[in-house]
Amino acid sequence: MEVIVSTLINGLSLGGIYAMIALGYTMVYGIAKMLNFAHGDIIMVGGYTIFVAMAVNNPLLAVLAAIIVCVILGVVIEKVAYRPLRGASPLAVLITAIGVSYLLQSLAQIIFGSAPKMVTVYEFGSVEFLGATMQVSSLVTLGVTVVVMTVLTLFVKCTRLGRAMIAVSEDRDAAQLMGINVNGIITITFAIGSSLAALAGLFYLLKAPNVSFTMGAMPGIKAFTAAVIGGIGSIPGAMLGGILLGIVESISYKIAAIAPYTDAIEFSILILILLVKPTGFLGKKRREKV
Amino acid sequence: MALMEVNNLEVYYGVIRALKGISFQVNEGEIVSLIGANGAGKTTMMQSVVGIIPKRSGTVIFDGQDITKTPCHKIVKLGMTQVPEGRRIFQELSVYENLLMGAYSVKDQQRFKEDLEAAFERFPRLAERRKQIAGTLSGGEQQMLAMSRALMTRPKLLMLDEPSMGLAPILVDQIFEIIKELNAAGTTILLVEQNASKALEISDRAYVLETGSVTLSGTGKELANSPEVQKAYLGG
Repeated sequence: MEVIVSTLINGLSLGGIYAMIALGYTMVYGIAKMLNFAHGDIIMVGGYTIFVAMAVNNPLLAVLAAIIVCVILGVVIEKVAYRPLRGASPLAVLITAIGVSYLLQSLAQIIFGSAPKMVTVYEFGSVEFLGATMQVSSLVTLGVTVVVMTVLTLFVKCTRLGRAMIAVSEDRDAAQLMGINVNGIITITFAIGSSLAALAGLFYLLKAPNVSFTMGAMPGIKAFTAAVIGGIGSIPGAMLGGILLGIVESISYKIAAIAPYTDAIEFSILILILLVKPTGFLGKKRREKV
Repeated sequence: MALMEVNNLEVYYGVIRALKGISFQVNEGEIVSLIGANGAGKTTMMQSVVGIIPKRSGTVIFDGQDITKTPCHKIVKLGMTQVPEGRRIFQELSVYENLLMGAYSVKDQQRFKEDLEAAFERFPRLAERRKQIAGTLSGGEQQMLAMSRALMTRPKLLMLDEPSMGLAPILVDQIFEIIKELNAAGTTILLVEQNASKALEISDRAYVLETGSVTLSGTGKELANSPEVQKAYLGG
């Protein structure tokens, strides 16, 4: 019982991190129609920003600094690397995104070196729950992720800007004809996605207090998997996929016989789901316009 | 007085010269048609004028202002809107939300309410379906929505790209009636149509577009009676 509860709790908190990253992926994909493979590395930049800003020993200030740095970085990347490719083939954009990813990793390696750095943001402590020990930081991660998902959903559905995002996602030309500044909307989308990446960086550090230049790579790919499983472009789908993947990973790690194959198991689930339901759990099938 | 003047507009798709330097003008209060076969460059012209497709050369003057290089979303604010070919309504949004998007550049709430009521009065079908997801509307209803959406900005110039496409004859008549009404109420109209006889019937002036060039122009009546036009576009 104790093992089950602690595995589940661990899965949920891991899932919360994946969900937070997946939300960023899915927002950018849903509206800008591109896979920003550098998204994971923005988490890494957020992590290093927190590491540097913790010199003043104020966690809130450090998180705020991480959000600001990540938002600026995301907007600059979009403007410099992706905007000139608007209208180019999706493959060209994808390759550019991978290039940006390596650029960020290499820059971080040059500046901070290859050895991981320890950083303790804040000690939340732990509580007992059904006989298992639970990190309060896990609860915080999960809680914030749920709040962010809810706010994003409401924002997209109920605000003028949110509806303009849907319009841009559906038909850029028609959106322009309504007087919507498509580039502006895409910039805002990248800003939102990057601020989520900064938060994901924080949660990552609460769980594993190490920053390294590759720290964003694996969580980035896992969260991308989560977003596709949930239905890429769907906000609740990203949450669902993230939590699901977190729980699967946590269970798999607990079973000694399959623990070494955990990553393979997660990606196999992706393949299986794509075979059965290509749009993911909550994804919509969209008619391609000619 | 010319509301819009297009001079020597040239557009390329890669190496293909899709518009070979076309010129035309739309005067205030007129209904002007551009007729032509499939592939003549009608939609290309419409999209390049508003800046969706880049222009290689030429100028566009609207309401005394050079808008050749103005981005699309700013042109709309100057008083020129377009109902694109194929209607292109936002399928995932409701009828009401589509109209809200049409009024994206309108900050005045009171004005939005008035325009919304005017739209529902013009097309009661839309009022009945205001909460319905637009993708589930019929073709005719979608055309009504597309027109209403464009009218939310109170344009000086309304450009319509193939408004009759894919509609039942009775609906086509209704759409053309409404175009006439809008014009009578003071909106200048630029109409692109494959249904040449209908278009010429309501047009003050018209241009014939053939493989990227303007080959003929005149009043609606002149063109409707011209042997070339009758032979090529009116099945005469």
